[in-house]
Amino acid sequence: MSLPAARLSRARYGSRARYGREALHAEWTKLRTVTSTGWLLLGTAALTVAVSAAADAAATCSSSGCQADMAKLSLTGVQAGQAIVAIIAVLAVGNEYSTGMIRITLTAMPRRLTVLAAKAALIAGLVLAAAAVGVLASALAGRLILPGHGFTAAHGYPPLSLGNGPVLRAACGSVLYLALVALFTLGVATAVRETAVATGLVLGLLYVFPVVTSVIGNQHWQRHLQQIGPMTAGLDIQATVGLKSLPLTPWEGLGVLALWAAGALMIGALIFRFRDA
Amino acid sequence: MTTITPYRSTAREVRDGFGQLLHAEWTKLRTVRGWVTGMIIAVLVTVGLGVLIAKSTGVSCMAGNGQTQHAVACGGPDYTVGPGGVLVQDQFYFVRQPLAGNGSITVRVTSLIGLSPYTGPGPVPAPQSTSVPWSKAGIIISGGTRPGSAYAAMMVTGGNGVRMQWNYTGDTPGLPGAASASSPRWLRLTRDGDTITGYDSAGGAHWTQVGTVTLAGLPSTVQAGLFVTSPRQFTYSATLGSGNLNASPTEATAVFDHVSRTGTWPARAWAGDDIGAGGLEASPASIGSHQAAGRFTVTGSGDIAPLIAGATNDGPNITVRDFLLGTFAGLIAVAVVATMFMTAEYRRGLIRITLAASPDRARVLAAKAIVIGSAAFVAGLVAAAGTVLIATHIAQRSGLFSVFPEPWPTELRIIAGTAALIAVTAVFTLAIATMVRRSATAILIVIVAVVIPFVLSAPPGIPTSLVNWLLRITPAAAFALQQPAPQYYQVQANYMASSGYFPLAPWTGFAVLCGWTALALALAAYLLRRRDA
Repeated sequence: MSLPAARLSRARYGSRARYGREALHAEWTKLRTVTSTGWLLLGTAALTVAVSAAADAAATCSSSGCQADMAKLSLTGVQAGQAIVAIIAVLAVGNEYSTGMIRITLTAMPRRLTVLAAKAALIAGLVLAAAAVGVLASALAGRLILPGHGFTAAHGYPPLSLGNGPVLRAACGSVLYLALVALFTLGVATAVRETAVATGLVLGLLYVFPVVTSVIGNQHWQRHLQQIGPMTAGLDIQATVGLKSLPLTPWEGLGVLALWAAGALMIGALIFRFRDA
Repeated sequence: MTTITPYRSTAREVRDGFGQLLHAEWTKLRTVRGWVTGMIIAVLVTVGLGVLIAKSTGVSCMAGNGQTQHAVACGGPDYTVGPGGVLVQDQFYFVRQPLAGNGSITVRVTSLIGLSPYTGPGPVPAPQSTSVPWSKAGIIISGGTRPGSAYAAMMVTGGNGVRMQWNYTGDTPGLPGAASASSPRWLRLTRDGDTITGYDSAGGAHWTQVGTVTLAGLPSTVQAGLFVTSPRQFTYSATLGSGNLNASPTEATAVFDHVSRTGTWPARAWAGDDIGAGGLEASPASIGSHQAAGRFTVTGSGDIAPLIAGATNDGPNITVRDFLLGTFAGLIAVAVVATMFMTAEYRRGLIRITLAASPDRARVLAAKAIVIGSAAFVAGLVAAAGTVLIATHIAQRSGLFSVFPEPWPTELRIIAGTAALIAVTAVFTLAIATMVRRSATAILIVIVAVVIPFVLSAPPGIPTSLVNWLLRITPAAAFALQQPAPQYYQVQANYMASSGYFPLAPWTGFAVLCGWTALALALAAYLLRRRDA
């Protein structure tokens, strides 16, 4: 059992806070010194912007009342960027297991929940930063590209501005959305350990709801599935038009995703705590 | 000087064939419990989602869903079945006489104008002239007046020149350009037994044969004459998370003269019939015909065309393709297995044993590709066939909505195509995994390349041109194999990627995936040979 080791390290580090700081530092070193982390963070921002800009460039509004949601449109890339976010979180856990590093980690830091918390905090922080870059650039791309495609003041679409309350909420919410996806993935990856399985599971769970609800004719079921799906509910945060027809309010939607993330992290933590590494 | 003879075993060389390699790889796949489970999960997920979709579709009628989308399926008219079992719309205004035995009919068309009739409440404004590219006016020889009869027709269209069309799906172009008083179009149909030949001419002097068709089982006395029809125009608005398909009826008026006939026409007068009236759309009050001094002015509305599965408001909108929407989830599960089938070799160091046993590395890759491809094909076949059978059964049992009946070749293409899509994607994944050697990166590449473009195509809200562009160049183009019906050039419909109509034809889309897979395999073989294992 790891109990004596825990006592030992408690004696060495003195306080719980110091222990936590050391855990953060150790996790930060691990993430920082793996080249893939940087590339994947860059990839998150790049794919988000690229898909968003492509969606902007593909959209047209030929007359007034074309009913588009400019904020949602210019943040389309989040739907693709989340795939890379998921990989970042999967690798943070999966790499430890695939290389056997986890045994060293847990020998040095026997408090497993602290290790997981440190990982979660760091991953969330890094993804927040990368997502902020991607989302801001997407919003900027929307502001620059959309007016050229008919989204003009004459058609009832003033340029996209973060000074507008709902747009700001959509942008900040999208950043939070990506961070929550990372936490959700971290929980799943901690539970299943195998990187390929974790990735498939997370992305399958994220994408299955929008695809299935797109074909279901029964509006009662459709609404229900949209409310419980982590991606369909979470992306409600991007809506700035037609809020009344949404299955959930934007923040409720993000809350659903937060519940998924909390649930996954909790299950992951439980399994991590009681399973042999 | 001594010659050194290297030792050669006298044992006969056995167990080194490709078959042995295949057997070894199959043993690896078969004996890892997680991978077998993964394949089973792929089947269960696909079938399960199909069942979910089937179960949650029918109730919409009971809920009194106001959308027209499912109103037809909740006890609307019976569908018209054309020759060959294709569901068709057969609605047009027919000025006809019976023709006994062989004969011909010739006519000159001097004008064809499309109109958008006003159907709302309040005072009727003047009809607006519209350009309906597939409004049709011309001559037709039909097996009878019952909708769905076999026919062949020569016609002038609103925007597609002269066409010869037959039995709802056949279409051949004739002279280009529209008909007008200054540039009329002459049309002729001749009947010889079951064979009907169409001709067109710009001046009535020089005739060009447009096409010859054989209509099996044509009765000896057929109905022949003038017809006019004009299809509805579909507009699709996909915004704010929901799509809406609107159909607005149109009508067309054409002027015919110089009607001449050969053969035996036993009736003395022309009869006017609104064929298929009360079918899919109500006929506007203005339709009918007017005859004066050898000039016929005919107004009609409707269409003589196949119904397009899921792309119009007509007929059953649910197709077996909709039940197979969960394929992508099964695909992810198979891709996970295919990834680990290669990356586990590296992770466990097994690759060194594998390559020691079979030093020809390209052969190892080929054996692995064949094994994972075949296993994925079988899993895909079970998943697709199971989904279609079970979901269709659920739909029939519920009786609340009907599934678009596919001709068996189409259904076979959808099922076998789904299996092929899964199999080739598995091989593609294996090649990617060989290149990058890391599970997470490999699965990411496959999901970004294959799954995300498909996912973006499903819900409304993403600009169509972006989706269509992605579905042309990415391996996801192969999802076109699930296209529920052919895209007819001559039928205007709402061919959306979200209803399964991809920008590429089914086998072309599959070729895109195969191309990517071949490229990935070549690169993987190259890297496998060049790199230390």
